[in-house]
Amino acid sequence: MSLTIFMQQLVNAASLGSLYALLAIGYTMVYGILRLINFAHGDVFMLSTYFAFYAMTSFLLPWYISFAIAIILTILFGTVLERGAYRPLRNSPRISIMISAIAASFLIQNLAVVFFGGIPKAFPSVPIFSKIIQISGVSSSSISVIIPIVTILVLFILGYIINQTKMGMAMRAVSKDYEAARLMGINVNTVISFTFGIGSALAAIGGVMWGLKYPQLIPLMGLMPGLKCFIAAVVGGIGNIKGAVIGGFILGFGEIMIVAVSVYMPYDLSGYRDAFAFVLLIAILLLKPDGIMGKSSVEKV
Amino acid sequence: MKEKTLDTISWKWWLKNLFTNKNSLYTIIAIIVTLIIIGVLNKTLDNYQIRILNLCAIYIILALSMNLINGFVGLFSLGHAGFMAVGAYTCALLTMSPEVKQMNFFLKPMVPWLANVQVSFPTGVLMAGIMAALAGAIIGAPVLRLKDDYLAIATLGFAEIIRIVFTNLQSITNGALGLKGLPNTVNVWWTWGIAIATIIFMILLIHGSYGKAFKAIREDEIAAEAMGIGLFKHKMMAFIIGSFFAGIGGALLGHLMGTIDPLMFRFLLTFNIVLIVVFGGIGSITGNVIAAVIVTIMMEVLRVLDGRMDFGFIEIQGIPGLRMVVFSIMLMAVILFWQRGLMGTKEFSWAWLKRVSRRMVFRTKDC
Repeated sequence: MSLTIFMQQLVNAASLGSLYALLAIGYTMVYGILRLINFAHGDVFMLSTYFAFYAMTSFLLPWYISFAIAIILTILFGTVLERGAYRPLRNSPRISIMISAIAASFLIQNLAVVFFGGIPKAFPSVPIFSKIIQISGVSSSSISVIIPIVTILVLFILGYIINQTKMGMAMRAVSKDYEAARLMGINVNTVISFTFGIGSALAAIGGVMWGLKYPQLIPLMGLMPGLKCFIAAVVGGIGNIKGAVIGGFILGFGEIMIVAVSVYMPYDLSGYRDAFAFVLLIAILLLKPDGIMGKSSVEKV
Repeated sequence: MKEKTLDTISWKWWLKNLFTNKNSLYTIIAIIVTLIIIGVLNKTLDNYQIRILNLCAIYIILALSMNLINGFVGLFSLGHAGFMAVGAYTCALLTMSPEVKQMNFFLKPMVPWLANVQVSFPTGVLMAGIMAALAGAIIGAPVLRLKDDYLAIATLGFAEIIRIVFTNLQSITNGALGLKGLPNTVNVWWTWGIAIATIIFMILLIHGSYGKAFKAIREDEIAAEAMGIGLFKHKMMAFIIGSFFAGIGGALLGHLMGTIDPLMFRFLLTFNIVLIVVFGGIGSITGNVIAAVIVTIMMEVLRVLDGRMDFGFIEIQGIPGLRMVVFSIMLMAVILFWQRGLMGTKEFSWAWLKRVSRRMVFRTKDC
């Protein structure tokens, strides 16, 4: 593999890894607070791309307004989802909550099939993002460079919210000890809604950029990225935001590199690209079940 | 050692009681009546309806196998589609004739050691179960150390890996093209025969000492371990038995459809089975049987929603996908408002029927 091709793949991997990281943060924050796999997170992500799509094509809004609307609508949707599907089951056995999450995910997918149609739609291209940039022989579309930059910006903002604001402190408290936080006068419901809101916002930012980079929309497009990003969160250590980012990047790099390397292999491995995440998951669960950044916990009787 | 003796006792007890006990006699009569009903339906229904009848039996098998793992041992596994894929492909590859195989594999020739094999249908189904059980053993060994949602995700991941591997093994599974022209050997006797055998096996298993151990693990793992129940051994056992029946169900489903391809075994298939198990009551055999029949028939009846509807005064264009929306809402509603499902963890039994009928009789006398 020549250096230019490697650099080119590196840019691709960085942008895919950033998208995974944005989605994985949503999973890890919800799991940290509620101990719940939000199966519908991938579908929330899918909805955000459709919102942006319809804002741009049906209402003919400029891209920045469309993206803002998509993000706001997705945040609303995420909080409504929590209220409808998860809050009534807060004190139920974990299996019930998980089944509810799976049902919610399927409901959103099928509603999307009904409302948006099963035929793939093409995300409109925005000239600023589809320019070809060339830096010393390495050429890539501008969106591949913009994605990691936006992601880093978003991560800084997220870090500020979590570490510096009052709401962030409340979130950390709730994830540490749900009951004690409640006794200290923290409104747990508000905190959980806020968490879902932030998770959905990140998913929407990721979703809009995903649409620009991979401009094909289908109602089932959230399923695979959703599963993979949950895996990224587990790999990094669930409940840990830095871990989710690291996991997302590992996944992105691994997938791109499998495809890149398989050209030089006697056996074509590129078909196994989607399997990489699952193999990684099983390896990490067996070797270090708490993930790369996770703290080990002992179950108390 | 202790368990072994207990189990032999229960088996002997069962055999001895089979003909002397009234309840067993009722059971035998009920089975015969069911078989007669199926025979009559087989003669009177049209092809499409017989297909649904077959599907009911297959979903009973699948629901019971998932119920054993999820309901009785409390391991939330989402890997059913993967085991079904293993079963379906094993049976299809073993029972297809060499000519049909040659026709299927036009893109890349089949591996020679498999191209000329052909076995009878029962052997194929049995091998399907065994291969799926083997897959269950290989997957279960590392995965069953995990708990709750981690287990769910890991099993789901393995099911996806199986599907991806099947998509890529062009010279063995014919990849994404799938297999067409599976021998059309499935009839109601096969499906319902195996379904009834599965029901009886599950009831015997749950009433024996193993079943008690399973339930103990479900209720409290740590307490069960303290009582001397080998957690890993029992979990493995349930997982392997569950995947065995999932494989058989998959094989029957494949032969009923006539064609299989990797896309058939997506997560959606597992979702259907989860729906049946939750609807019937997680941990109830009879509840699951009833739910399997109801849900399967509903799935076919509600196909109306996807097509054109004509109410006489208003005509609605069919909306594809609406059927699955109804099912998702149904699952949500059951889990939100009616968590016990049809039966909860209770079972239908003759004693229960007697109690209820007696109560009914008294009530009518009072009136």
